[in-house]
Parts: sequence; structure tokens; C-alpha cells
Amino acid sequence: MRRARVAWNGTVTEAEPLDDGRLRLPDGTIVGELDVVWLPPVEPGTIIALGLNYADHAGELSFAAPKQPLFFFKGKNTLIGHRGRTVRPDGVNMMHYECELAVVIGRPARRVKAERAYDYIWGYTIANDYAVRDYLENYYRPNFRVKNRDRATPLGPWVVSHDEIGDPMALRLRTYVNGAVVQEGYTGDMIFSIPYLLECITEFMTLAPGDVILTGTPKGAVNVQPGDEVITEIERIGRLINYIVQPKEEE
Amino acid sequence: MAKVRLRLAGMRQALEAKADPYRGTVSFGGRTHRVDELEWDAPIGGAMYGVALNDQKEWGALSREMNAPPYQKPPKGPVLYMKPANTINAHRRPVILPDGVKHLQAAPALGLVIGRTAARVRREQALDVVLGYTIINDLSIPHEQRHRPAVREQARDGFAPVGPWIVPKEEAASMSSLTARVYVNGRLVQQADPGRFRRPVEQWLAEVTEFMTLYPGDVLFFSWPADAPRVAAGDVVRIEIEGIGGLENEIVPEQGGDER
Repeated sequence: MRRARVAWNGTVTEAEPLDDGRLRLPDGTIVGELDVVWLPPVEPGTIIALGLNYADHAGELSFAAPKQPLFFFKGKNTLIGHRGRTVRPDGVNMMHYECELAVVIGRPARRVKAERAYDYIWGYTIANDYAVRDYLENYYRPNFRVKNRDRATPLGPWVVSHDEIGDPMALRLRTYVNGAVVQEGYTGDMIFSIPYLLECITEFMTLAPGDVILTGTPKGAVNVQPGDEVITEIERIGRLINYIVQPKEEE
Repeated sequence: MAKVRLRLAGMRQALEAKADPYRGTVSFGGRTHRVDELEWDAPIGGAMYGVALNDQKEWGALSREMNAPPYQKPPKGPVLYMKPANTINAHRRPVILPDGVKHLQAAPALGLVIGRTAARVRREQALDVVLGYTIINDLSIPHEQRHRPAVREQARDGFAPVGPWIVPKEEAASMSSLTARVYVNGRLVQQADPGRFRRPVEQWLAEVTEFMTLYPGDVLFFSWPADAPRVAAGDVVRIEIEGIGGLENEIVPEQGGDER
């Protein structure tokens, strides 16, 4: 099952993406992909993200791979949908995308064992967890000014259910900037696997249906500029498009 | 008597009431109740963001450490942390002490409840976006490191009692008189006031909303951790903020580890 959330004709509705790119609304209406405003496919209460969960990306940022997962939280202010625009602040030197597999929780999850983790997962979507590295400071790092900026975490285009994905630890990830491949990875290269992460997180906190885990990004973080089209792609899910703009274009 | 907004267990929506913090009573629907005989729920349901390193006393104690690795220098921008939805707890509800943990730090905090969507607010108008004030018991497993987000220490289920109610800002006394007092098992162990804040809350609201929008029901909170008590199983923590009210919770040991 694939589920999107869109604004269409003055209302917000669920929608099912069809193979030809169009969308079917719950009442059977068929609409074109450019006739809707794409919204984040879920409205999570809690977003928990992973830093440095791929050894090659940790190496790229000259960090040793962590011994235990590095978690941080994000607010709902960060989310935007497919085909949205993200601002690159004026005067910064390094803002990069991060293609990440996003796990969507399906049932209240507390003290879940790794062996049963997939029973608690509704499905998967794509996140592009932009970072503005100029704002990095060494306190509670990555600090919110780097990672919790308004509309700087595109999510979507839709959620694909777990049964349709099969094994989420065997998916290719790829990022394109203006059509050129700039980042490639494989979810099987995560340092901490999805079942392990769910066990680890729910050992100390309860996750609720709709909550999202962002599982980290592989190597290939490259600076982006206003005008760039950034596509984050994950096998068996789809392609999430985002456009980088200047602050003044949004004012 | 102060007009407050509160939510009792089972209520979907907050209701308006009159509270008398000195008598320990609250009145609504034509009746007066003792605060202690009601079952409470948290008066907010949004995201809770704490502003770290705002306590001048803590800042002073850390000044050497902040100039050494891994920090190198004191922070310029706001250092924020989040207490996600699972941490929200209510007045007189138990706080679970995790297995294998002896003590928790119970830091009193003043919560600013956001009333209007707040993006890029100016310092001079910052309080316009604030609906009112509430009390937070910012619980954590004691930890020294501030280099990485202290998620395991701060974000456990029930680690953020909030309430008992919200006092609208028009009803509250001036910021400088919002003195917090912490009692453990009835004994006064800490007293602090907003004069200890490194920057005024209006400035933090401006700095935070410069890059992240706060929504109605969200809370931006300011704690006084420098001399906050450590508490153990069986302790009852009561945080009073003058003119706001008193938030009380007992620390209870974890029982079993059953999967829900």
C-alpha cells in the first residue's frame, strides 16, 4: 500500500499514487501530480533522527563511527512535502542534503525486541534532512540551528507499507543535484540496523503511531545552491523532489 | 485568585478555572475543589523545547570547561533540547525511576506556552506570542557531557511533568517576580528566579523563532539546573513558582519490563 497526503481543491486528503504518476483520491477521483500540493505523508508527534549511521559518511565528516546510536530530535516545523522549496540562508558556505530512509511507526512501541521490530513499523518514506553546517556549535550537536530549520526536511512523496518494501535493509539510496548523481548508498550499510534502532529507542521511550525515525545518510554530502533541484531517491519507494531557493524568493 | 487554564484526566480540551494557590483550591463549573483531590492531565499537548545553558549560575560553573575540548568555546546561538510527547507528565502522576538508576536531577523550569504561531518574532513584541506560563519539572538522568544531545537521559517516558495549569500572562505577575522554589519531601532545597537567566526570555524567543516556528500549544522552557536537587525513589518533588502554582510528583521505582 502506498499513501500520500495532498492538498487538492481546497481540502487536505489522502491519496494513492498510481503507476502512471497520477493520484487516486479516496472517492475515486483521479488527479495529476502537478494538480495537487504535496504534503508530508505523515504528521508525526515525534521525529527522532540518527547522526553518523553510515560508516562512510562518518569518515567523510572525519568522525569515528559511534559505538552507540547518536540520536537527536526534530520538530514538525522542519517538514515539507514533495516538490517543496527549502531556503538556503544568505551568507552560508555549506548546506548539504542528506538522503535518508524514514521509518513510520504503526503501533505504540515500548520495549520492542529487535526480532519483532517490523511488527511495529507501518512503512517507509524518504527524508532529505538538510544541514547548514555553518551553524554547527559543539553543544548538543548537531544543534537545532543546523538541523531543525523551518521547511528544511522534505518528507515523501508517500509512505510505502512494510509488506510492499520487503527488506528495508536492502535498498539503494541515491541523490541527484540538477540531474547528476552526487550521493549513492545502500541501507544494508547502516551501522545500526532498523530492528536494532527500534529496540534501542523503545528501551527508553514510547513511540506512537505516525512517529518517524530518520535512519541517517551515507557518504556524498555536497553543497547546494539556490536554483538547484535536489532529488533524493530510494529504491522501492520513489523520488522526492526539492528546490533550493534564496530567502528573498520566499518573502 | 488567578484565572487559569487546566485539563483534568479524561478531558480533551482545557477549561478555564479560578485557582487559589494559597488555599490549594480550584473553582470551575460553580464548584470549588481541592487541587489534591482531582486527577490531572498536562495542560499542553505540543512540543516542548528547553533552552540549555541559560542559567547564569550553571554558565559560571562551566566557564573553564566550555573553553576546552570538545567544546572549544562557549556557544553563540541558542542551545536547545527537546522533551518529546512521550515525556509529558501531569501533576501528582508518578515519575518512573529507570532500573539501574539511583538518582534523577529534578530541575525547576518556567514554561512559556505559545498562543500564536511564532515565526521571526521581534524581541520587543516577543511576549505577544505567549499565551501564559506553566511549571515544568525538567527531569533527567544526571550527565556531564553536553557535546551530544542527551536523548537517553532527558527523553524518557514521563520525564517532563507540566502544570498543574497555565496562568495567562495577563494574570501573572512580572517576570522578575516569578521565583521558583523546589521542595523535596516538604523541605526547601532550591530557590531561584528569572534574574538568573543569562538572556531575557524575549531575546530567546526572537533567536529561536528566527529559524524555527513555534506553534500554539508548544512550550519554550527555561530551567535552573545549577543547584537543582537530585532525587531518588520515594521522594516527592514539589516545584512552586510564585503566582503560578505548585507542581508535585513522586519518584517511583520501575516495576517489571513488560512490552505493551
